[in-house]
Amino acid sequence: MAPSHFEAPTDVEAAIALLSRRPGARPLAGGTDLLVQLRLGAATPDLFVDLKRIPRLMATSLDSKGLTLGAAVPAAEIVENASIRSLWPGLVEATALIGSSQIQGRATWGGNLCNASPAADAVPAMIVCGAKIVLAGPGGEREVLIEDFTTGPGETLLERGELVVEFRVPAPAPRSADAYLRVTPRSEMDIAVVGVGVQLELDREGRVASARVALGAVAPTAVRADAAAEALVGSRLDDAALDRAAVAASTSASPIDDRRGTAAYRKSVVGVLTKRAARIAYERAQAR
Amino acid sequence: MTEPSDRKFKQIGSRPIRHDGLDKVTGRARFGADFALPGMLYGVFARSPHAHARILSIDTSKAERLEGVRAAVTAADLPDLPDEWMGVTEGGTCPSEDSQNVLAREKVLYHGHAVAAIAATTFEIAREACGLIDVEYEVLEPVLDLGRALAPDAPILHENQAPFGDEPLPQGPTNIARQVAFEGGDLEAGFARADVVVEGTFETPMVHQGYIEPHACVVDVREDGTSEIWCATQGPFGVKRATAMIVGCDANGIKVTPSEIGGGFGGKLSVYLEPVAHVLSRKSGRPVKMQMTREEVFRATGPTSGARIDMRVGAKRDGTLVAAETRMAYEAGAFRGSAVGAAAMTVLTPYRIPNFKILGLDVVLNKPKAAAYRAPGAPIAAFATESLMDELARRLDRDPIDLRLQNAIEEGDHAKYGPAFKRIGLRETLEAARAHPHYRAPLAANQGRGVACGFWMNGGYQSSATVSVDEDGSAVVRTGSPDIGGSRVALALMVAEELGISVARVRPFVGDTDSVGYCDPTGGSRVTYATGMAVIEASRQVIEHLRARAATIWGVGLDAVEWQDGCAVATKGAAEKGSLPLGEIAEQMRMTGGPIVVSASLSPPAAGPAFGTHLCDVEVDPETGCTKVLRYTVVQDAGKAVHPTYVEGQFQGGAAQGIGWALNEEYLWDEKGRVENAGFLDYRMPVASDLPMIDTVIVEVPNPLHPYGVRGVGETPIVPPLGTVANAMRAATGVRFYSLPMSPPRVLEALESRQG
Repeated sequence: MAPSHFEAPTDVEAAIALLSRRPGARPLAGGTDLLVQLRLGAATPDLFVDLKRIPRLMATSLDSKGLTLGAAVPAAEIVENASIRSLWPGLVEATALIGSSQIQGRATWGGNLCNASPAADAVPAMIVCGAKIVLAGPGGEREVLIEDFTTGPGETLLERGELVVEFRVPAPAPRSADAYLRVTPRSEMDIAVVGVGVQLELDREGRVASARVALGAVAPTAVRADAAAEALVGSRLDDAALDRAAVAASTSASPIDDRRGTAAYRKSVVGVLTKRAARIAYERAQAR
Repeated sequence: MTEPSDRKFKQIGSRPIRHDGLDKVTGRARFGADFALPGMLYGVFARSPHAHARILSIDTSKAERLEGVRAAVTAADLPDLPDEWMGVTEGGTCPSEDSQNVLAREKVLYHGHAVAAIAATTFEIAREACGLIDVEYEVLEPVLDLGRALAPDAPILHENQAPFGDEPLPQGPTNIARQVAFEGGDLEAGFARADVVVEGTFETPMVHQGYIEPHACVVDVREDGTSEIWCATQGPFGVKRATAMIVGCDANGIKVTPSEIGGGFGGKLSVYLEPVAHVLSRKSGRPVKMQMTREEVFRATGPTSGARIDMRVGAKRDGTLVAAETRMAYEAGAFRGSAVGAAAMTVLTPYRIPNFKILGLDVVLNKPKAAAYRAPGAPIAAFATESLMDELARRLDRDPIDLRLQNAIEEGDHAKYGPAFKRIGLRETLEAARAHPHYRAPLAANQGRGVACGFWMNGGYQSSATVSVDEDGSAVVRTGSPDIGGSRVALALMVAEELGISVARVRPFVGDTDSVGYCDPTGGSRVTYATGMAVIEASRQVIEHLRARAATIWGVGLDAVEWQDGCAVATKGAAEKGSLPLGEIAEQMRMTGGPIVVSASLSPPAAGPAFGTHLCDVEVDPETGCTKVLRYTVVQDAGKAVHPTYVEGQFQGGAAQGIGWALNEEYLWDEKGRVENAGFLDYRMPVASDLPMIDTVIVEVPNPLHPYGVRGVGETPIVPPLGTVANAMRAATGVRFYSLPMSPPRVLEALESRQG
């Protein structure tokens, strides 16, 4: 571990100034990815900018329009928030799969997103909820859709000096609900081999009015599978529609072989999870 | 020493809280890395980036010039040692290779093989200095699997080494280091009589013990060359011997203090750090601490062999086994000494098979040197045997437990490696498993049940123990057996049982090598058995002293004093004297002959083997290949369970490790022989939520070699699970799995090919 500097600013402007100062500066939220990378020699920041003393990054606010959640709010707070859990059960399921109980005391949505792993559990779940992030940097603030933020493994839209400030998740429409499923060899403490988020909105007759499907760990980034979503629209989730969605999800996946699973396995299972997550989302939406 | 079988125990079989429990749950317990000394330096290894290469030169001069660096060590600092194999069938060692595994000499033989080490004032400086060491390598083709290792044109790891062991030995250059063979009856004639023959080739990958505590030590060498070592080890006397041998100093000058141990499972019998820290301390004149990272633990310590086993078994239509043949190739890693010997001893032994041929090959390749792992070699061997027993039951349409009972060995039967068994409990565990509600519980779709057996020889070896009485009437029991599974409270229970005092009044202590008598390492499930016998013997001699002291106090003959329930009781015409509790005798030790301290030692030539039968229910998701273990029951003969909670803990722990081995654990290598998953994230041991509460049934068939009937229990529980889980998978899916692990991608692939 190389000697490093550590700063803990108390407002966003100070954080931006610090992050702009050194090219090797890295924002630090929970540190559950960054400290591991540091120990393995995969990251060598010369300045840590701790974000946890910035009130805006630690704030949670929920109103009729939706949720605004600071980028450094620990996962445990999200998982234990009954209102968030009832509005976005899939997003919370995904959050509750990050690491373990101990890790969730530290891990954050901001970190899960900015680590830019294609297997990040919260990201497909955020995408199907239509979530956006607010970035703040030397040039001001901008709002970006989650699915546009990650550009490749470990790569994001973040410019020098810029940081993710908060997440904005729009309130779910009536008769809509989300779900997230993943496959891992272990039940916990594991990284998704495949992850699938689905959000469905039903019409009054119980047909799928609109759908979103997002896939994790089957491409360089989490990706939307719009063809899979289209296959569900108009259906009451009959087997034929589900099969079409599964094939579409599998077709839109471009996975690789790695130490966590083979490409063939991922192609096969991504369709299975799409069907299963869709069924869960459908039941939830019906119950609303 | 054998007891009447109707002995009624007062404390043996109870479940007191372990003496070391409080410190463990509060975090106060001191493990290997917790020790520190003033002025201590930190030692770090430089490791090979290649799996197979010749070392042309090592230059540490740049590293030694770095500010804060105090010493460097390479193999040039270590003496040449004899290149001879010294050992028995179950295991052994080669001094020269032990040294080369600690620090590479002419060649590096696995990725992560240590080539040098640096001691500096901080870990960070030492690590930076390691990056400044120049090593010139001639990279060689790595040999990464058994197929390549045994190919006629394979690169040879040890060019000057000839194979040894049972004839006929391979001629010419070979990576076969050693052969073990057992034969009985007439194989050809046996198979000729068989109505049914089942066969298969079984493959398992290299797996790690996965102890939570990484290796760590502090070594302090004095100016006169004597030294102290603090470390996490299963065998402090072994650390002393190995360190002295590898650094070339007098073992008499080394004192080793074992710390609490955060898991060993056999992997902390080997020595990796201590000789290197010893040289660094001698060169620098300062104490040196070394502790491995998790990554180093995975790359350069402990695994057990991957293996390939070809086996065929023949039976008559009525289920009687008539013949079996197996050829087992075990990966030794970089240096000879896999557990193939023990595998050959255990592989077919649970069943009566009159005609058999067992061949074991110890094969070197460019992977870390295999170390002992809980019943070394036996789980893999049992995976093959028990899978074929299951297949045979299917072919003959027999209940798998009944078929095993029909062929199970009993007292008087011979092990395939020779000796006749005394009283053993295989049959009893099978009957208890058959009677268990688990065996009849209903199963749903995609679920299946498996059954398998296993056994381990267990070890005796040398032990000693000292029991002393304090003036307050409490007792201390001192041994040199590190406690890796609750042995301290078990030994204290034995003292309490014999003396008739509360176990809370007995303090068990694991001493350093200068303060206790010699003990062989904690291994072979031998501590509660062998060290326990020394403890019982010493306790009984303490009672003789106590009786004599009471006789002195009362002025009566020794034969008029009996020992009952912690008291001297006067008899034979002296009954009016009444009784004297131990505490009162202890108070008067000063006047009656001084302190009471008794040591006992022994070297039992054998131990009582332990047999087990496991049941497992799995559910397989046919669309994802994911397996859930729904229910698991371990039935095992413990002889006599001294502390049933820790016996059950051993059963559950062995099953948990075996389930992980069956389902997900494996080293992943890239094409250059680099480990790709040197951490717990991608080396998938099960976590708590992966397992059901593992049910246990303790069967007690007394071991005739032990005064209480105790058998070692620690290793047997890991022997059956590989076969048990595989047989359950067969029942759930219709697919026989010949290769481990049965991870989701492999299972799904197998299911899809089944559906054709």
